[in-house]
Amino acid sequence: MAITTTPASAGKPPRGHRRPARHRTGQGRTGQGRTARRAYWWFPYLIVAPAVILEIAIHIIPMLTGVWMSFVKLTKFFIRNWAEAPWIGLGNYQYAIDINTAVGASLVHSFLITCAYTVIVVGASWILGMAAAVALQKAFRGRAVWRTIFLIPYALPMYAGIITWNFMFQRDTGMFNHLLVDQLHLMTSRPFLLIGGNAFGSLVVVSIWRMWPFAFLMIMAGLQSIPTDIYEASAIDGASPWRQWRTITVPMLGSVNKVLILVMFLWVFNDFNTPYVLFGNGQPPSGDLISFHIYNASFLSWDFGTGAAMSVMLLIFLLIISLIYLYFINRSGDDDA
Amino acid sequence: MATTRRQFLALGSMAAVALASTACGSKSSNGGSGTDDKSTTLTYWASNQGTSLANDKEVLAPVLAAFTKKTGIKVSLEVIGWNDLQTRIQTAITSGQGPDVLNIGNTWGVSLQATGGLMEFGDAEMKAIGGSDRFVKAALQTGGAAGTRPTSIPLYGLAYGLYYNKAMFKAAGVNPPTTWEEMVAAGKKLTDPSKNVYGMSLAAASYTENAHFAFIDAAQNGAALFDSSGKPTFTSSGVVDGVLRYIDLMQTDKIVNTSDSQYDNGTLSVTAFAKKKAAMIINQNNADATIIAAGMKAGDFGVVPFPAPKDAKKDVASHIAGINIAVMKSTRHKDQALKFVNYMTSESVQETLGKPYSALPVLKDGKATFTTDADELKVFTDVYNTKSEPLPLVPNEDQFESSVGKAMNNLFAKAATGKTVGSADVRAVLKTAQDSIR
Repeated sequence: MAITTTPASAGKPPRGHRRPARHRTGQGRTGQGRTARRAYWWFPYLIVAPAVILEIAIHIIPMLTGVWMSFVKLTKFFIRNWAEAPWIGLGNYQYAIDINTAVGASLVHSFLITCAYTVIVVGASWILGMAAAVALQKAFRGRAVWRTIFLIPYALPMYAGIITWNFMFQRDTGMFNHLLVDQLHLMTSRPFLLIGGNAFGSLVVVSIWRMWPFAFLMIMAGLQSIPTDIYEASAIDGASPWRQWRTITVPMLGSVNKVLILVMFLWVFNDFNTPYVLFGNGQPPSGDLISFHIYNASFLSWDFGTGAAMSVMLLIFLLIISLIYLYFINRSGDDDA
Repeated sequence: MATTRRQFLALGSMAAVALASTACGSKSSNGGSGTDDKSTTLTYWASNQGTSLANDKEVLAPVLAAFTKKTGIKVSLEVIGWNDLQTRIQTAITSGQGPDVLNIGNTWGVSLQATGGLMEFGDAEMKAIGGSDRFVKAALQTGGAAGTRPTSIPLYGLAYGLYYNKAMFKAAGVNPPTTWEEMVAAGKKLTDPSKNVYGMSLAAASYTENAHFAFIDAAQNGAALFDSSGKPTFTSSGVVDGVLRYIDLMQTDKIVNTSDSQYDNGTLSVTAFAKKKAAMIINQNNADATIIAAGMKAGDFGVVPFPAPKDAKKDVASHIAGINIAVMKSTRHKDQALKFVNYMTSESVQETLGKPYSALPVLKDGKATFTTDADELKVFTDVYNTKSEPLPLVPNEDQFESSVGKAMNNLFAKAATGKTVGSADVRAVLKTAQDSIR
């Protein structure tokens, strides 16, 4: 507590720098103000309380429960009395990542598949979203219609959209094969699109279809904030559209892109709904995304401890990636400034 | 994070539900079992036995109304599809919140017993439902591990049979097969890929169906899936050969359309059969209702036992399939629940439900009523009573179904997409399945 040097407080107990201010505002009112503050000191906490309680109940407690689950042998023998499941320390982790066993090897396989899937889907969604947003940047007749059309996949109920793709990808009755084989004669025999190696491609297509409107929406919003006179000035200087995009659009969208790519990465890496609805219970090895893999590991074999251990590892992995990403992004952001 | 959260949330919300329920529990329960029947409402989860969930409600409504009239106990019914049933039971057991009485697939009997979530039928409970002597012994065995008290009671009996299209067989000049070899030969004669007609249709992407045939084909080879100490023995040559023989129906014999590797439920192959795209299907006797619903007439198809190879070690044609009924341990209406189980397994209800559900009687002197076709009744009764073996009665049975069944899904997918599946491949995936059981 530093003693202030103002004359009014000199020689008095170190009450801080508020005292002179109070002298200025008049005594009676100051006294009331102080009492009022004291009487209602809890008011801000009261306003925040519901959010804090819900945050604890919805995020923190379940998360800690999950971490606890990963250290116990929570199999079907204990799910009824899960407080009594035996503590096995890192046993679940060892079991889940021992690459010499089938379980560990398939987890690694699933992880690699998910990495490839994430890179392709995020990359393609960003490119498509950017292309569409730039194409619709300038006002023209029918622009609103195009915007609406582009946003349809994002607005559709997820299940309805993906199950429609499932129908289209059917081998004998699907529209896709009808187009490829019967109409365009690109192939002689009907390929399988939902099993075997092609399943990965199908999964990627569906996922990009779902994800790119979000990128489009975000980038479109970001473009609104770029003043048009910059484009006009550069046009007068003779900049080509490509040059404009490279030197004006991309840098000015920097902050939008940073967040967009991180959010898309987290969503896509964790994607559960797309493989679950597209493949049902018969997920092919080439489409074995990690969230779905964990679901199978814990729900179908009733081994919730291992499932939780895998989930915790996934959480840590995503946390590390996010932190590294934010670290580099923030550093480069400082350079810009 | 979505998955992590989802799972954490699931447990968290279960805890919340459990807390909430203790708070409002005193209102809804009327002070434990032994209260008067009139004020009791039992919650009953029925599995999907009819042609649709709505059909199930129609079938069960009058039966349940008769029970209420007789005893005063009200029953609140929910019919649950097979894709959701296991998860719903899991959630109910974990949270202690669920139905009072429920149906389970009888192959889950021992696995669910191991969770401790189902009520044991000890002497008193058995007496309340009329004694264990009433039931077909092999069917009752599915209710619990050997030497333990059962936690579920047989309700509907089912068995596999080989359904064949009489007209197609006649046109091709073949007889219903009695051995595996005859079945394959007949299938080859009936297959004509240019017309998109095949000898046989399989639900090759349904892991439960595949797991059943891993068991049946292995049993024909005299091989068991678990040793006497309950350890899995999936990689023994009998099991590997059995699985490969089943895959070969599509791969080598080519009597199954490769498209079937995407059939993830039995109804799809039944539809192919009813639409004359396949001359044979292997299905449980409840397929009758679905076949007829898909447009085939009762007399147009015949049934023979699913044949074993000529040199088979054992003439096994099915596992003891069926549905069991169980009472949750957490029920607050134990007496009423037992009355309901007693009613559902009574002779008259068994006879009433046997027909719409195409079920075999689980009672010793029960009469099969599901079809008027005397030959068909004889075949299924014979298979059920003399050619069926229970799936392994070990707690890990459910893991066998998911791990081996899914491995077979992928083998079929491989065979369908033009890769060769040899016995080394089969052994490798079965080893993987075996390792995942701990």
